[in-house]
Amino acid sequence: MTRKQKKLVAALFGLSLGLAAAPVANAMHIMEGYLPLSHAVAWGVICIPFLAAGLFSIKKTVAEHRKTLIILAMAGAYAFVLSSLKLPSVSGSSSHPTGTGLGAILFGPSVMSVLGIIVLLFQAVLLAHGGLTTLGANTFSMAIAGPFVAYGVFKLARRLRCPKLVSVFLAAALGDLFTYCVTSVQLGLSHPGEAGFWGATAEFLGIFAVTQVPLAIIEGILTAVVVMGLESYAKNELTELGYFKKGGLS
Amino acid sequence: MEQTNVSSGRWKTVVILLLLCVLIAVIPLTIHKNSEFGGADGEAEEAIGQLDPEYEAWADPVLEPPGGETESLLFCIQAAAGSGVFFYCFGVLRERRRHQKESDS
Repeated sequence: MTRKQKKLVAALFGLSLGLAAAPVANAMHIMEGYLPLSHAVAWGVICIPFLAAGLFSIKKTVAEHRKTLIILAMAGAYAFVLSSLKLPSVSGSSSHPTGTGLGAILFGPSVMSVLGIIVLLFQAVLLAHGGLTTLGANTFSMAIAGPFVAYGVFKLARRLRCPKLVSVFLAAALGDLFTYCVTSVQLGLSHPGEAGFWGATAEFLGIFAVTQVPLAIIEGILTAVVVMGLESYAKNELTELGYFKKGGLS
Repeated sequence: MEQTNVSSGRWKTVVILLLLCVLIAVIPLTIHKNSEFGGADGEAEEAIGQLDPEYEAWADPVLEPPGGETESLLFCIQAAAGSGVFFYCFGVLRERRRHQKESDS
C-alpha cells in the first residue's frame, strides 16, 4: 500500500470504530428479525452489484484522484456524525438523518453503498440497531436508493439551472427522505397484513416519512453549509471531482 | 478588503442557516409537550404487531448495550469520533489555503 492508501485505511478504520458506537435508539433501520427470510435474502442479493460498483469506484478514486481522498474521508465522517444525531420531529417521535447525500453528490452514488454498509454493519453487530438479517434491505434503502436519488436530483437541478447550493440542498434532503420511503415500501411488502401492500406501506410511510420531513430539511441545509465550506477551502479538490463543471458532475 | 466582506457575508449565511436547523429541531419539542420522542422504529414494530399479529421476529440482535448509560456513551463516542475526523480535515484544508494565500502575496 502507498502512504496515501494507508492514510485512507487508517481514516476508514477510525470511522468504523466510531460507527461501532452508534446508538441503539436510532430510529430508522429495519429491526433485526423483522423481515421474512426470503425478503432478507432478496434485498441482500440486489445490493451485491451496487457494492461491487462502489468498490471499483473507490479504487478508481484512489488511483486517479488521490488528492480528493481527504474529501472522501470527510464524506464518510459526515454520514457517520449525522446518523448519530437523533432529532425530535413534528410527529412526536425521533429519527436521524442519513448523511449519505454529500458523498453521493461529490463522488457518485455507488461509493456511498460501500461507506453506508460499513455504518450499517457495525450498528447491527455492536449496537442492536438494524440487524444482520435486515442488512440487505437497510443497505438498499440507506446506502443505495438514497444516494442514487440524491445524485439524480443534483444532476437534474443543475440541468434546470438551479444554483449549486440550492441543488445540493434539494439533493441531500430528497435523498434522505427517499431512504425512509424505501424502508416503508420494504416493510409494506413484508407485512401487508389485512391492509394489503398499499395500505401497509401507507401506514409505514405515516410513521417513517412524516417523521423524516423536517430532518430531511435539516440534512439539506447542513449539507449545503458543508459544501459552502468546501467551496472556500477545497476548491482544487472540488474542481478535480467536477463539481464546478456545467451541468453537474461527470 | 473586498475579500473580507465576501467571507464575512458567507459566515453570516452559515450562522443563519445553522440557527435555522436548530429552530427546526426545537419547534417539535414545543409542539408535543408530553411526548418522549421515542424512535420511529419502535412505532414501526407496533404497527407490524397490528398489521401482522402472527409475525414473530425470528432473530435477535447479536449484542445489546446493557442500559441507557452505556448506550449514551456509545452515542457520544460516535458523534465525537465522526466530528473529530470531519473537522480535522476541515482544519487541514483551511490552513492549507491560508498558507497558499500567504505564499502568493
